[in-house]
Amino acid sequence: MKKFSSIAAAILPLAFAFSASAAEYELLNVSYDPTRELYQELNKSFTAWYEKKTGDTVTISQSHGGSGAQARSVIDGSPADVVTLALPWDIENIQKQAKLLPENWQSLKPNESSPFNSTIVFLVRKGNPQNIKDWDDLAKPGIKVITPNPKTSGGARYNYAGILAYAKEKFGDDQAKTRDFVKAIYANVPVLDTGARGATNTFVKRRIGDVLIAWENEAYLTVKRFGADTFEIVIPSVSVLAKPPVAVVEKNAKEHGTEKVANDYIDWLYTDDAQKIAAENFYRPTSDTVKKEYAEKFGNIKLVDINDLGGFNKLQQEVWADGGEFDKILKEINASRDN
Amino acid sequence: MKFKSFSVIPGFGWTLGLGAGYFSVLVLLPFAALIAYGCGIRPSAFAKALGDGEILSALGLSLRASLVAGLINLVFGFILAWSIERYSFPGKRLLDSLIDIPFALPTAVAGVSISFLLSDDGYIGKIVNSLGFSLSGSDFTGITFALVFVGIPFVVRTLQPVIKRLDASTEEAAEMLGASPLQTFLRVTLPPLIPPALTGFSLAFARAVGEYGSVIFVSSNLPFKSQILPVVIVGKIESHNYDAAVVTALIMLAISAGILGVISFIRKWSSRNEKTV
Repeated sequence: MKKFSSIAAAILPLAFAFSASAAEYELLNVSYDPTRELYQELNKSFTAWYEKKTGDTVTISQSHGGSGAQARSVIDGSPADVVTLALPWDIENIQKQAKLLPENWQSLKPNESSPFNSTIVFLVRKGNPQNIKDWDDLAKPGIKVITPNPKTSGGARYNYAGILAYAKEKFGDDQAKTRDFVKAIYANVPVLDTGARGATNTFVKRRIGDVLIAWENEAYLTVKRFGADTFEIVIPSVSVLAKPPVAVVEKNAKEHGTEKVANDYIDWLYTDDAQKIAAENFYRPTSDTVKKEYAEKFGNIKLVDINDLGGFNKLQQEVWADGGEFDKILKEINASRDN
Repeated sequence: MKFKSFSVIPGFGWTLGLGAGYFSVLVLLPFAALIAYGCGIRPSAFAKALGDGEILSALGLSLRASLVAGLINLVFGFILAWSIERYSFPGKRLLDSLIDIPFALPTAVAGVSISFLLSDDGYIGKIVNSLGFSLSGSDFTGITFALVFVGIPFVVRTLQPVIKRLDASTEEAAEMLGASPLQTFLRVTLPPLIPPALTGFSLAFARAVGEYGSVIFVSSNLPFKSQILPVVIVGKIESHNYDAAVVTALIMLAISAGILGVISFIRKWSSRNEKTV
């Protein structure tokens, strides 16, 4: 016993000395569904980098789910230090409803607080039997298009915006033609899943549909997982530039004493190291040097900023909101289906 | 009225308080919060929801599929419970323990495997295709299939103990007194089984009305056509339209409560009938 206490007496001051120089932090990153693999890799790199630089250890926990549901859980009190969601709209709601971050959150970090971008592409069956090349092929009669419901799926809103991006190129500001085009594509949708992973399941496992509209990174992951002999990726001429936003949940981080490390974490996502990991995971880097390095990996595609399509908030309120334009279009499709 | 009666476990006040408190926190409180939220919504929102074609078609589909699934479960759950309790056969205990699988399996997993089974490449889909039909376009079949799956344990588990307690000698007596096998079944065996069968049916029905996880993978989820009500509610929550979500939930709750009330009335009526005979 005496021996034990003398050892303890020798170790204890040492332990205190050690803890005085190195802090231990815990971060909770609340994210959306398809980023699971991406953030696992990023977190590992960040932890190592941070310990080397400051001597502090960081443990990062992740939470994944539908982007809207994840935002909801933060509003309802999930102790997130950092949110990395699919849509600016979801973080905007955390700001508006729970006031957990400042109003100008989106201008606090570069590139509208979006460290890496993505876009929307097509996944078709091997050999592309329906010869699908661009968005207008999706509107042809008899083609079956798989995309989730934009009301329940954040990713599906970008799919919708992709249609708008092409319509803008083709029809300019002609609202009536744009609307008819959107309607023609959604009339070709036999299954309207609630989320992106459900839609992938419908296309891959149930073998329904000729084309799946998907996140670029999800499309590459699906081809990687199921093999290039079953699916092919088709890059349309135009698509939407998706900027999944990130933010420090200021109020939570202040309470946890993690404000500095949370900001370091977000800032680190913009470094070339992090950007390379993102590119390896099929997210489009925003850093110019990494962009050049991976230019060949990502196909040649004209990307339209969602702000040029009216902006996310406006589309959300006018098109995807309950009783909005999308609801009306579906009602008309249903009415014409019955006749 | 006398509340207190003899009990081997002392402390009536404590146990009742604990039980009621437990139930209040876990069930009544969330329910009350929903009602309270609903009270703050303008009545026009309810009128609007009742006039919304999307909500009405989803409500109709939810109720129809749940009732059909409940009825299928009632018939096959009865047969299953009967054969497990009345006969002995190899694998009986294994079958008995497998009944609970739908309770334990995450419903999303069930949904994915059912959707695959029914697809044109799936085991069931292939057989049906060879008969000249395709299930991939029939959402009602798929949704009902999933709802039958999640509801089957309720009917079996409520019927089993009652079938076990049935006294075989009353059946023998009926036969000795000259009743035909059909008469014996209808007038002696069946009556005491009706109340538990109805209980099982209403549990399976209620479970089916609220089911979400498996149906979203099986159904094509097209508004006006193949959306169940929980999907509509989730859609409203995702568009941050909580008022409409709560209104829809309350309408669904009221209708389900009405149907359950009717079933429970029939159950009471049939069990009272039984006592007087």
